[in-house]
Amino acid sequence: MDFLIFKAPMLMVQASLDGILLGILFALIAYGMALQWGVMNIINIAQGDLVILGGYIAYTMYLAGIHPAWGVIVSPIIMFFVGWALYKLVINKVVDRDLFISILATFGIAIVFQQLMNFIFGADVVVAQSEYGTTMLFDNSVTLPNSKIFSAFISVLYAIGLVIYMKKSRLGRAIRATAQNARAAKILGVDTEKVYAATFGINAALCGIAGALISITLTLHPYVGLPYTVRSFMIVIVAGLGNLPAVAVSGMGLGLFEEFADYILGTEFRIGAVFMLLVFILVYRRFKLSKKREYLK
Amino acid sequence: MNKLVKIFTIFISAITITLASISSSFAKVEGEYIVLGSAISLTGKYSSNGVHTQNGYNMAVERINNMGGVTVGGKSYKFEIIYYDDESNPKRAAQLAERLIKQDGVHYMLGPYSSGLTKAIAPVTEKYKIPMVEANGASRSLFTKGYKYLFAVLSPANQYLEVAIDLAVEKNGGKPVRIAQAFEQDAFSQDVRLGILDAAKRTGSEIIIDDKLPKELNDMAATLAKVKATKPDVLVVSGHTKGALTAIRQISEMKVDVPMLAMTHCDAAKLSKQHGKKSEYALCASQWHKNLSYKDKFFGSGKKYDKDFKKEFGYAPPYQSAESSAALLVFKDAFERANSFDRDKVRDALKTTEMQTFYGNIKFGPGGQNVAKPMILFQVRCKGDACENKVVAPTKWASDKFYHPIPKWSERS
Repeated sequence: MDFLIFKAPMLMVQASLDGILLGILFALIAYGMALQWGVMNIINIAQGDLVILGGYIAYTMYLAGIHPAWGVIVSPIIMFFVGWALYKLVINKVVDRDLFISILATFGIAIVFQQLMNFIFGADVVVAQSEYGTTMLFDNSVTLPNSKIFSAFISVLYAIGLVIYMKKSRLGRAIRATAQNARAAKILGVDTEKVYAATFGINAALCGIAGALISITLTLHPYVGLPYTVRSFMIVIVAGLGNLPAVAVSGMGLGLFEEFADYILGTEFRIGAVFMLLVFILVYRRFKLSKKREYLK
Repeated sequence: MNKLVKIFTIFISAITITLASISSSFAKVEGEYIVLGSAISLTGKYSSNGVHTQNGYNMAVERINNMGGVTVGGKSYKFEIIYYDDESNPKRAAQLAERLIKQDGVHYMLGPYSSGLTKAIAPVTEKYKIPMVEANGASRSLFTKGYKYLFAVLSPANQYLEVAIDLAVEKNGGKPVRIAQAFEQDAFSQDVRLGILDAAKRTGSEIIIDDKLPKELNDMAATLAKVKATKPDVLVVSGHTKGALTAIRQISEMKVDVPMLAMTHCDAAKLSKQHGKKSEYALCASQWHKNLSYKDKFFGSGKKYDKDFKKEFGYAPPYQSAESSAALLVFKDAFERANSFDRDKVRDALKTTEMQTFYGNIKFGPGGQNVAKPMILFQVRCKGDACENKVVAPTKWASDKFYHPIPKWSERS
């Protein structure tokens, strides 16, 4: 039974594709986190709960008889304003405080969101049906749900759009300037307050897209947000801030790593393996940093 | 003068406190009411099942009170329940149990929802020697701790899917089968797994995939790819509602062909409603089904319970409600046989319970679990787009024939 994956090469293909497709989706969430972290120096614990809220928006559309895939357009629009409002209500009071305060604040937001979603949508696990069917490869031995392909495609599309927007648009440039040096940007006439609000809104919108995709690929429940926060945190830690290609690669890498850990170590160690990897990377980075410091001395 | 006032105040408050504590320690029976206590999940992640439980309790209280109540010592009493919301949090549940017992003076408890919360409350009720009849904690570990005041009307978790393995072996002409299984890593699902291990040993069957799903996981693609590669005779999945919904979604998307699929929590997940035809042929373990032929004088039959419940609460009763109603019937029976409000006498009466309710036969084993009621299996069957749960095992109550093997995805429309 052990190492079944090496006996059946098709499983290797299946695992790789599953890992990459899911990894791309996680990379989208992680990119939002990296953006916000880089610009505002805020680690958003409520990231996963924003994702789930986005999912519930798509699910509500599904219940109303609209195809949930439209959620990838509607949900980010609504979520942008949710993010904007959150910034105006809570985040602007903690944005220039230390990291600990903002973690506490977003943790509070996470709890409030969970309870609100539980109150509005109920505590049942729900799914939205896309009816997209399945793509079969290699004589039916590798199967890819079209919903997963769709979600990876949409994620890539939005990511590319965002990169172009950040490079070309006025707001995008203002965001990047603020990330580099908030004070200098302010002196040069950038309305940093507006930039912060927009950044938080964009992050929430990205979560909204991811949530809508999750409603058709995985399952929704008011209390499953945290794993998404943790995973995007990990991707950002590995990739570093403000580097989209690195976020995409580390997202896919983590997805792959997880799938292969499942086959080789066993499903029960799947999440554990990812955490071990995180510890290893943190230790390695610290080790590298300390070496650099010695050199500087 | 001032000092006098102070002493007087202290004196008065001392008397008030003493009186209050005396009155509360007799609060188990207030006038014509027998007061029961329960911490229940009205908010938090178990809130929907918590409400099903509460509705089940309330329905039984109303029914018993309207039909003459509980007769003890020639006098008729009525049930009343004090509820607190435990927020689906075990720590809170344990605190609330203490509060019910110490402040509200409750001497008889009804269980909360879920094995985890029952586990949190049981040590408290045990410490204060408070008899508790619970209807929603099935974990085997509840019944191996030697608790003396805990009684459960439901079958323990390890029995949930044992029947399914027996059925698979039967369909295989009595020969051992190859089992693939995936269980979430929580107390309940792991107990279900132990039951499968026992059944596999008993029948000589082989377990070829034994995945333990992390709690955070909502993706089973890897497990299902393994299932596709190894082609087992039966696939068993248990991971609460999330596990059931994820399994059906991904089995249908990945076109995994297995002759038999057995699960838990299908009805709680509203599987046939959420996934429709994709969930057809899935076998589901259940504590109760309205079509079973058990009877009692309060609720009549399962079908009648179903009808009355729908009328009162506007939805079909899940088994969580049915078993909760049964808990009250057990209490009533025990009070009347004990013919006393003495806690230990009531406990002894509970211990010798042997009765039939609309929910099933009830008789408690040495650990407090119900040993008289088998688990049942139903199968999701669809006509067009409308899907229904049909009881297929055990044969004594089967209303329909078990459909085996599941047709391949390529042959399903």
